[in-house]
Amino acid sequence: MTAGGAAELDVELVRKDFPILERTVHDGRPLVYLDNAATAQKPRAVIDAMRDYYELHNANVHRGIHALAEEATALYEGARDKVAAFVNAPDRHEIVFTKNSSEALNLVTYAFSNAATQGEQAERFRLGPGDEVVVTEMEHHSNLVPWQMLCQRTGARLRWLGLTDEGRLDLGNLDEVINERTKVVSFVHQSNILGTVNPVAPIAARARQVGALVVLDGSQSVPHLPIDVTALDVDFLAFTGHKMCGPTGIGVLWGRRELLEVMPPFLGGGEMIELVTMEASTYAPPPHRFEAGTPMIAQAVGLGAAVDYLTGLAGGAGMAAVAAHEHRLTEYALARLAEVPGLQIIGPTGAVDRGGAISFLLSGADGRAIHPHDVGQVLDEQGIAVRVGHHCARPVCLRFGVPATTRASFHLYTTTSEIDALVEGLAGVRRFFQS
Amino acid sequence: MKLDSMYQEIILDHYRNPHHRGLREPYDAEVHHVNPTCGDEVTLRVRIVDGTVADVSYDSEGCSISQASASVMSDLVIGKSVEKALALEREFLTLMQSRGTVEPDEDVLEDAVAFAGVSKYPARVKCALLSWMAWKDATAQVVSGRAGAGGAGHAGGRPAPVPEQEKQPR
Repeated sequence: MTAGGAAELDVELVRKDFPILERTVHDGRPLVYLDNAATAQKPRAVIDAMRDYYELHNANVHRGIHALAEEATALYEGARDKVAAFVNAPDRHEIVFTKNSSEALNLVTYAFSNAATQGEQAERFRLGPGDEVVVTEMEHHSNLVPWQMLCQRTGARLRWLGLTDEGRLDLGNLDEVINERTKVVSFVHQSNILGTVNPVAPIAARARQVGALVVLDGSQSVPHLPIDVTALDVDFLAFTGHKMCGPTGIGVLWGRRELLEVMPPFLGGGEMIELVTMEASTYAPPPHRFEAGTPMIAQAVGLGAAVDYLTGLAGGAGMAAVAAHEHRLTEYALARLAEVPGLQIIGPTGAVDRGGAISFLLSGADGRAIHPHDVGQVLDEQGIAVRVGHHCARPVCLRFGVPATTRASFHLYTTTSEIDALVEGLAGVRRFFQS
Repeated sequence: MKLDSMYQEIILDHYRNPHHRGLREPYDAEVHHVNPTCGDEVTLRVRIVDGTVADVSYDSEGCSISQASASVMSDLVIGKSVEKALALEREFLTLMQSRGTVEPDEDVLEDAVAFAGVSKYPARVKCALLSWMAWKDATAQVVSGRAGAGGAGHAGGRPAPVPEQEKQPR
């Protein structure tokens, strides 16, 4: 127990739960996996839950009256309960399963463009010329492109909050960018490229003031921080399973029930209907209205297992312990990276309101930039996995005038010795490219 | 070290001292190609006179492999007939798609044989191909007459479509 009372994560114990961390790469080098913002590794509990599902319970859900169908349905809907509890959703019907965060965000944007055909009850989602949509300059493409497309479809205008040189949101013109024409504000909670954790409260409060809906992209925050949707006071939260130690192919849209109940559907098909005739159909209540077709059943079961795993960590301290561990790692990494000659961090250089995804540029002893692709390649040869490129956030690269960055990102199983390996690896990169 | 098979000394030399770099006049077509996954970009101009590649000039941003490849490619194609240069492009493409199984002909590909090692790294093949694809696109525009005359070929800054072999999931 720490002074604060929260149990600490025993990282060596945690690592034993992740089989992949035992493997080596490139002729016996231990894997140093620092690409967690791209995807997290999976604990044995998740892998086992998915295998058990297929070996013992596999059936389609919400149909059929046989034993397996009932078991599969109970497991699928049980996963919804687990996810609802994980983000403290007041109502299990507020959890919509999607393919990933991108689909969750597209679901909301298509609800807006489908609102024109849905009568008065969908009024809050109606969008047209003269209306404005607000995002930020640090969005992942998945929370930018769908809104650009929505504006193209509806004639609404896209606006955005800019960035400071430190990689924080510039809220200096918040009241001008979010105004009485704003219908929806969608922004990222934690940036996948800068690591910045954005202040939700002032932005959500301003949006409320002008009657705009608030969408939060939690792809990088839900896997790393304790999240309580009631405390966040937003209308929608999108996140994805594979970054929180669950499988790929499953994401979540949480939405306030009263909004989901009047929100037009996105995909039509089986499961999402109430009554169907040849002429027209009525739709099921949420969440099933938004889950057309056979859903990702095994993946939902896997996500449920991931939620159980995360919640049970450190004697039940769960995500609080994960966040504390990653905060210590981020502090350590920022200090160690500051020692590397020729290294420049893109994003906040302090660990306050900052997560463990650190983007940087590196130059050689001659002062010439070493391209991130070359940095990543030489690190890989040493067994160190990082991401290079624009991280699906090209506007951030444009804002900082860089073509790409190298990004190291941490998770619950990352150790300080892995950060030491990164620092040594970067020295190796500089040696390799010295002329 | 395995890495040395990719970062051949020839490649690092071209990367440190690139040939034919910098945009030049006159030109018949200009194209802009990108690798959306890694942020590499090249703006490339070609000048074709009487069926011969009279000049290739470029401005590029990217990793050592893509920079060196632009330099080597320009060396190879400048002064050759369009037909011969296109044959070289096909030869280089075959090499890059070989996953290290093709023994390159140094008499034909000259310095470009150094990229044989890169073909073993699927994620880097598109870096080596970027400038070649840009050159091929620009040349095709001139040959087909799409580029217009006297350097009017720059299509309003719109990025060219990404060639098939460069596409990969994010």
